Amino acid sequence: MPPLAQQTVDTVERLRDERKKYDFFTDIESDKAPKGLNEDIIRFISAKKQEPEWLLEWRMRAYQRWLKMSEPDWARVAHPPIDYQDLYYYAAPKSNADRPKSLDEVDPELLRTYEKLGIPLAEQEILAGVAVDAVFDSVSVATTFKEKLREVGVIFSSFSEAVQEHPELVRRYLGSVVPYSDNFFATLNSAVFTDGSFVYIPEGVRCPMELSTYFRINEANTGQFERTLIIAEKDSYVSYLEGCTAPQRDENQLHAAVVELVALENAEIKYSTVQNWYPGDAEGKGGIYNFVTKRGDCRGDRSKISWTQVETGSAITWKYPSCILRGDDSVGEFYSIAIANNRQQIDSGTKMLHLGKNTSSRVISKGISAGRSSNCYRGLVSIHPKAESARNFTQCDSLLIGDATSAHTTPYIESKNPSALLEHEATTSRVSEEQLFYCRQRGIGEEEAVALIVNGFCREVLQKLPMEFAVEAQQLVGISLEGSIG
Amino acid sequence: MNAAPLLQIENLHAEIDGKAILRGVDLAIERGQVHAIMGPNGSGKSTLAYILAGKDGYDITSGRILFKGEDLADMDVETRARAGLFLGFQYPVAIEGIATISFLKEAVNARRAASGKDKLDAVEFLKQVRSLASQLSFDESMLKRYINLGFSGGEKKRAEILQMLLLEPVLAVLDETDSGLDVDALKTVATGIESLRSPERAMLLITHYQRLLQHVRPDRVHIMAKGSILRSGGPELAQKVEDGGYAEFQQAAQA
Repeated sequence: MPPLAQQTVDTVERLRDERKKYDFFTDIESDKAPKGLNEDIIRFISAKKQEPEWLLEWRMRAYQRWLKMSEPDWARVAHPPIDYQDLYYYAAPKSNADRPKSLDEVDPELLRTYEKLGIPLAEQEILAGVAVDAVFDSVSVATTFKEKLREVGVIFSSFSEAVQEHPELVRRYLGSVVPYSDNFFATLNSAVFTDGSFVYIPEGVRCPMELSTYFRINEANTGQFERTLIIAEKDSYVSYLEGCTAPQRDENQLHAAVVELVALENAEIKYSTVQNWYPGDAEGKGGIYNFVTKRGDCRGDRSKISWTQVETGSAITWKYPSCILRGDDSVGEFYSIAIANNRQQIDSGTKMLHLGKNTSSRVISKGISAGRSSNCYRGLVSIHPKAESARNFTQCDSLLIGDATSAHTTPYIESKNPSALLEHEATTSRVSEEQLFYCRQRGIGEEEAVALIVNGFCREVLQKLPMEFAVEAQQLVGISLEGSIG
Repeated sequence: MNAAPLLQIENLHAEIDGKAILRGVDLAIERGQVHAIMGPNGSGKSTLAYILAGKDGYDITSGRILFKGEDLADMDVETRARAGLFLGFQYPVAIEGIATISFLKEAVNARRAASGKDKLDAVEFLKQVRSLASQLSFDESMLKRYINLGFSGGEKKRAEILQMLLLEPVLAVLDETDSGLDVDALKTVATGIESLRSPERAMLLITHYQRLLQHVRPDRVHIMAKGSILRSGGPELAQKVEDGGYAEFQQAAQA
C-alpha cells in the first residue's frame, strides 16, 4: 500500500476507534456497567479508574487469553455452571439510599454472629452495610495509622490509588508472580479486577504495625474481583491481615481474587487470612464461590513468606496459597485451618516450589469436616534440579464430625534433586464420643465441647495468627461448627 | 425439712445394646455419707457410674434415679454435672491441644455461667488451681500439658481428683480411682478425697479392692455382682471381701 493510502487507512481506523471510545465514554457517569463481559466493559472499568494505557492493554491481553481458557475441573468441588455473561463486572459502591437504614433491617442471624464475636455496634453497622454518614472512630484510627506508616515510608493504599500514585511500582510488579495467563480465574481477575490493596515496604523497614484490610472496611466496596500486591524490599518485614472474623454482607456470588507477594533479599512477609464469607444455608442454597489465586515469590536470598489461613466461610473454597522459593536459603510456610460444615466444599492446600539452594518449606494443614461437607487438601511440593539440599515437612490432619462428611488428602510430591529431604505425615480422626462425654460431664455444653476439641485440634495453626486475631479466630471456629452435632 | 436422700436409686434396670447389665439396683445415699460399691469385674459397677452421669448408649429399661429429688432421666449430661454430679473416670480421655489449665478453666466457667455467675478472675483462678495442685503433688508443669495426653496412670487420677476439688461437687462418683496407683499416690489421692468430705456432700466410691477404703473410711459398703447389690453393710464388709473374695457373696445369692 502506498504511504498516503496507508495514512488514510490509519486515520480512519483511529477516528473509528475514537468514535467508539466516545460513544463509550458517554456512559461513564453510570454507576453500573450492564451485565456481561466484553471488551467494552473492560474499557469501562479501566476508564472509570482513569488507568494508564498500559494497564488497559494488560487487561485486554488477559481478556483475550481468558476467552481461550476453560474452567478447571480437577478440584473436588461441584457447582452448577457459572454463566459469566450473567454477572455484573462493575458496580460503584451502593448509595446510601439502597442500603439498610439501621441494624433493624439487617438479617438477625448475621447480628447474632456479630454479637458472639463481640463486635462493637458501630463496626456491626459498617459490616452489615448500613447507611451511615457519621465519621467513625475507625476512620480516624485508620488515618492515624496511615500517618504513622507514611513516616517510615510504607505505602498502604487501595490498589486504584496505587495505580495513580505509584504507577511505576505497580507496573513493575503486577503480574510478576501471578501472570495474567496463570489460570482461568486469575486471568478473569486480571481482565476485570476492580480494586484491592497495595503495600510497599521500603528497604530495611520493619513495618511498625500489623497491616489490616479491616482498617479499610469503610472504604469503597472492593468487590468480587479483588487484587492485592505486596512488595517487601530488601531487609524489610511486614505482617498483613486480610479479612475479618465477621461475616460480611455481599451480593456477589462469584469471588475470584488474586494476591501477589514479592519478598526481596532477606525480607519477610507474613500474610494471614480469616475468610468467613456467607457459606449458604444448611441445604446448600446460596453462598459465595471463592476461587482465589494467592502466590508469593521469595525472590531474594534468605527471604521468607508465610501464609496462615482460617477458612470457615463460602460455599466453595478453591484456594492454594503458594510459595516460589527462588532465592537461596529462602523459606516458605503454609499454616491452614479449613472448616467445612453443612454443604460446604473446600479444595485447598498449597504449592511449595523449590528452585533455590537450601530452600525449606513447612506445611501444616488442619481440615475439619462436619455436616454433609467435603474437604480436600491438595498440595504440591516440587524440588527443581538446581535446588540443592531442599527440605520440606508436610503434616495434614483431618478431623471428622458426624458420618455424612468426607475428607480427602491429595499430596503431590516431585523431586528432581536427590539431595532433597521430604517428610509427609497425615492423620484422620474423629471427634470422639468419649471426648464429648468427658467434657460434658465437667459441665461444658455439647457445642462448646465440640468447639473446645476442634480448637485443640487446630492449636498449632491458631498459634501462628497474630494475637488479637487468634482470640477471635477461636470463637469463629466454634461458631462455624454450630449445629454440626446432635 | 427435706428428708429425701441426695441420691435415690430405685429398682434400676439398664442395658447396653439390648444386653441387660443392671438387674434391679436399689441404693440411697444421704448427704454427708461416703458409700463404696465393691464387686468383681463385670458386676455392673462402672455401668452404674455411667448411667448416673448420663452416658449415651446406656439405657434405663425400668426403675428411676432421683438426684436432689429430681429424676435424672430429665437431665442431660451437662445439666447433671452443673447440678453437682461429678464422675471421676476410670480411664480419663485425652484431648490434644487443650492445656490442662485451659480445660479446668472451661469447666469452672461453664458451671459458673450456668448459675448466672461471671467468669472467674484469671489470677484468682490460677492461685486456686496452684494451691490444689500442690496439695495433690500434681506437678505445676502438668497444668500446661494437654489434658490427660501422655499422663501416667497416677497423673491421670490426680488430675481427676484435682478437677473434683475445683468443681466441689455435691455428689462425687469415683470409678476405680485407686486402680493403677502406687502406695504414695494412693495416699495423696485419698487425702484429696477426704478433704472434700463434708455434711453437704456425698461420695460413691467404686472399687475392686478395699485398699482405698483403708484410707477413706466409708459409711456404707455394698457388694455388687451380676447387676444387683447382694449385700450392704458397714466398713467391715470391705475387710470380709479382702479376706474371702467375692465368691462367698455370690454363692449366698445363688442359694
